[in-house]
Amino acid sequence: MAKKKLEDIAINGDGAVAYAWKQIDPDVCAAYPITPQTIIVEDFSKFVANGEVKTEYVCVESEHSALTLCAASCSAGARTFTATASQGLAYMWEMLPITSSMRVPLVMAVANRAVSGPININNDHGDAMAARDTGWIQMFADNVQSSYDNAIMAPRIAEHPDVQLPIITNLDGFILTHAVERMTPVDTDDVKKFVGEFEPVCPLLDYKHPTSHGMLDGPDFYYAHKHQQVEAMDKALEVAEQVFKEFKKLTGREYHLVDEYRCEDAEYIAIILGSSYGTMQETVDRMRDAGIKVGAAMPHIYRPWPEKEIARIIKGKKAVAIFDKHVSLGAYGPLYPEVVAAATDLEEMPKMYNFIYGIGGADTSVSILKGAMESVIKGSADKINYVGMKL
Amino acid sequence: MTTSLKSLNQLPVKLTSGHRLCAGCGEPILAKQILMGTQRPLVVSLSTGCFEVSTTVYPYTSWNVPLIHTAFGNGAATCAGVEAAYQSLKRQGKIKEEMNFVNFAGDGATYDIGLQALSGAMERGHQMLYVCLNNEAYMNTGIQRSSATNMGTDTTTSPAGSVSSGKQGYSKDLTAIMVAHNIPYVAQVSPHNWRDTVEKAKKGFDCGGAAFINAITPCPRGWRTAPSMTVDMAKLAVETCVWPLYEVVDGKYALTAESLKIADGKAEKKPVTDWINAQGRYRHLKEERWAPVVEKMQANIDSRWEKLIRLTEH
Amino acid sequence: MAKIKIKDMPIGARVCSPGSSEAILTGDWRSYTPVVDKEKCINCLNCWMFCPDNSVIIKEGRLEGFKMSHCKGCGICAQICPKKAITMTEA
Repeated sequence: MAKKKLEDIAINGDGAVAYAWKQIDPDVCAAYPITPQTIIVEDFSKFVANGEVKTEYVCVESEHSALTLCAASCSAGARTFTATASQGLAYMWEMLPITSSMRVPLVMAVANRAVSGPININNDHGDAMAARDTGWIQMFADNVQSSYDNAIMAPRIAEHPDVQLPIITNLDGFILTHAVERMTPVDTDDVKKFVGEFEPVCPLLDYKHPTSHGMLDGPDFYYAHKHQQVEAMDKALEVAEQVFKEFKKLTGREYHLVDEYRCEDAEYIAIILGSSYGTMQETVDRMRDAGIKVGAAMPHIYRPWPEKEIARIIKGKKAVAIFDKHVSLGAYGPLYPEVVAAATDLEEMPKMYNFIYGIGGADTSVSILKGAMESVIKGSADKINYVGMKL
Repeated sequence: MTTSLKSLNQLPVKLTSGHRLCAGCGEPILAKQILMGTQRPLVVSLSTGCFEVSTTVYPYTSWNVPLIHTAFGNGAATCAGVEAAYQSLKRQGKIKEEMNFVNFAGDGATYDIGLQALSGAMERGHQMLYVCLNNEAYMNTGIQRSSATNMGTDTTTSPAGSVSSGKQGYSKDLTAIMVAHNIPYVAQVSPHNWRDTVEKAKKGFDCGGAAFINAITPCPRGWRTAPSMTVDMAKLAVETCVWPLYEVVDGKYALTAESLKIADGKAEKKPVTDWINAQGRYRHLKEERWAPVVEKMQANIDSRWEKLIRLTEH
Repeated sequence: MAKIKIKDMPIGARVCSPGSSEAILTGDWRSYTPVVDKEKCINCLNCWMFCPDNSVIIKEGRLEGFKMSHCKGCGICAQICPKKAITMTEA
């Protein structure tokens, strides 16, 4: 357990991420302001201005340069953090797969926001989902506390010698980034000890051992390098579980590849990401009070996809409702087909329903989620359902 | 260091043989000269382009110094990232030595897609040298026009045709844009004058801030010249004042080498027709109907040259 | 292609063997071969400076010959030689 127990504080999600970063004190940070991530870079700039961190902070001219600079800095041998949201992440997109292919354990906070257009600053998961196939590990948070905790655990997962992959810590825009919640911080010495020293692999600044980074591959080498990334992703699941265990020892707070709420004896499961997991827990409690056996689960690690845990949780259930805060236009929400794929290993496949909700920041209330679950139980839900749409 | 070829020959080779650049390519010649400008430990960054793909074909590298490439439009940010890491680790005492950082990029990666990242890096003042290997078109993708391409040039996206004289409009004066960033060192170089290039590279590396060097870099394939003519073409660019050699140190302009001689009347300023007649990419301009285009080209070269002379208070 | 196993490949497509492209023998590309007349050569080293392929061999400040394994036969050395000591031959 931690040496020193700190007093709880009231802080918003962005502030909590910046606070964790201050405690970790990375070598380099480069970022570009974008709503609703801006508080992170503003808070962190203050820490730099007041000499509270040793970080080289670079105010870049765009997100493309932010991620480029960070990838290069990390390749050079510096622990490097950045943060963005929505259009910023979209603007970074070219560099997302390049960064992961270069195997740099960069940490990026993403304040999830709907992707234009039309332009919309509110929360959904369109930005994170568009980054889904780029080889980054992705963590989700359901409240301010887990946004902070993820920020501390992320470098441990990313920098593990068997992983060496960049990592995104998602937190829902406004709902978490701007909402003040009660949070228990970890003592700074404990954070530093938990995260440890950065040990780069073949850093550029080790000029006595010159390495070339960012090579040109033909098909055979490209395929092989991609397969190395697949292997590292597989390892990341094992490493994340280990880091969660160590974090529990330090703080008493428990996380899993897939966080579960009252799933064990449930007949119906809701799978949901981000802050809505909390709303779903309230929904579960109310339905349980009415005698309906419902449970909720949130993939805490979304990439790599924790398929075995998902399969275990939905095994033997009557039906599963998969909630997506994004939709692949013309297909399903992104979680749905992956949960279905996880279920193909089961002898008996539960009924599976996809609920698209909260798009562009549309309200996500207990009544909306409850209504969705009731339609699942009644069997009146469609394969794909658009809930909470007011017009 | 006395700059003689014999002394330069003693320096360690940073870019080796076995790269896949075309026979007669100007890029490795220019890069070699630039890299002779520093004896400090160095990290090289490359923007996507001929120079990058040809020197980094996995599992081989042509580089004896640390090398990084990420993408096309962000060479300046890539180099800045390595420099930022260096500044942080040096401040923490984890690195003791003084180091240098250089990015090489083509004109497409500099004048066009990489202009924003370049502007940002120069404005922030990273301690780095950015070198544009300007061969006046997108050569890696097969000779498409860029904003560095001059009027009248036949490229695959500005082809000379029955109603077109090739590229319309003049090339962008990127060097002037870099001067406008108020950085300590900006220069134009040509590989034919190795002494001028090595000295300018040294100034760029030693200036203590962001430096920019724009280098005319002949491309036999794209310019439709014989591979053996690369150095001659670079020289001709200077002699015609298509590519004046000058430097801007802390905002102060000065002509150098052959360009200084031309301004002093000690050397002839050759006509643009010498330039046009030497290269296949201007072959169509010999047609009588494009005479007005050639006149405009000459007038543009003259006005740019006169402006430069005014700036140097010559 | 060199025989390489995935597990032996450093992660991130990094190449940890500096200058390894020497293994690529670009001399195969050559149509014309430089020949130096050492009687005419003044060892000014211009050919060395302007060779795009590091293929002019200098020993103790003197032009020794050409690295035929890598010389692509561009002919720049012959073109810029102030004494016309180098000729390109079909070979």
